[in-house]
Amino acid sequence: MKATVVVTLKRGILDPQGQAVLHALGSLGYHGVTDVRMGKLIELDVAATDRAGAEVEVKAMCERLLANTIIEDYRIELVGERG
Amino acid sequence: MNWWANVADPQPRIGILVFPGSNCDRDCAYVVEQVMGATADVIWHKASSLPPLDAIIIPGGFSYGDYLRTGAIARFSPIMAAVTRFAEAGGLVLGICNGFQILLEAGLLPGAMLRNRSLSFICRDVHVRVENTATPFTGRCAPGQVLTLPIAHAEGNYYTDPGTLSSLKAGNQVIFRYCTTDGQTTTEATPNGSLDGIAGITNATGNVLGLMPHPERSAEALLGNEDGRLILRSLLDSILSGRYAPKPVLAS
Repeated sequence: MKATVVVTLKRGILDPQGQAVLHALGSLGYHGVTDVRMGKLIELDVAATDRAGAEVEVKAMCERLLANTIIEDYRIELVGERG
Repeated sequence: MNWWANVADPQPRIGILVFPGSNCDRDCAYVVEQVMGATADVIWHKASSLPPLDAIIIPGGFSYGDYLRTGAIARFSPIMAAVTRFAEAGGLVLGICNGFQILLEAGLLPGAMLRNRSLSFICRDVHVRVENTATPFTGRCAPGQVLTLPIAHAEGNYYTDPGTLSSLKAGNQVIFRYCTTDGQTTTEATPNGSLDGIAGITNATGNVLGLMPHPERSAEALLGNEDGRLILRSLLDSILSGRYAPKPVLAS
């Protein structure tokens, strides 16, 4: 099973990278963009075949290592081989 | 010849951790021996236990290439479990720059580091104000003294939640704040955007200090700045006082 973890800075925490990209977009004329948040995409191949088990395991990985929950939020997407 | 003869006998032993990517370990070993007159015990991160030590320094650098987050992978190195036990037993731990980041990730200090507000790696001298001299690391400083120390980091923008910040302040755990040459803490004097101008904090029990500036790079007149010496010699005083010897941990 494949798991995708997206890690972003929590709302309310200044994201200087996102702000730099926002300003760059503005200078290109894309004034309709009101906010940019940067993050990390982590793709995992996990041995678990049941969704519930994989979700519990990946959530634990996020809490312990993949995200720092003081400053970051994460979300997990699971794509099973059988859907 | 034996330049340490007037310092201590037997000499204090200070452990210096080395991770893949540490790059201030030799500087730290040098000042431990030449400035503090102690014995430097350089310890590879794969070790699972510590020799008898009087203090531990976690040096700066880019442990594990700063992959994922600064300090995030180093904190799971085998040696860190022993460092945590040492700290919990009251042992003195000094984390400098990446060492501070590792202590945060390990939960030995509260909070986290964000990218510098400017997104730039900043390498220059800054001024910090000593906010608390009643710590094992600042006993030789005067209250409010302004130290000039070098920084070299891209992730020194300290952050914590409002509740933790309040408890840090209430417990006098903010030890250094970025300031102007005359000791004013201003937004402009904070090079990296750090919350409340924080440059260094201790844990609640005061035996673990993390700071972003590098005292080991500013401890000799030959290098043009001796302010870092105050921190190193304060640490030595604390070791020699015997008040901070880690309590023996009973095997469970």
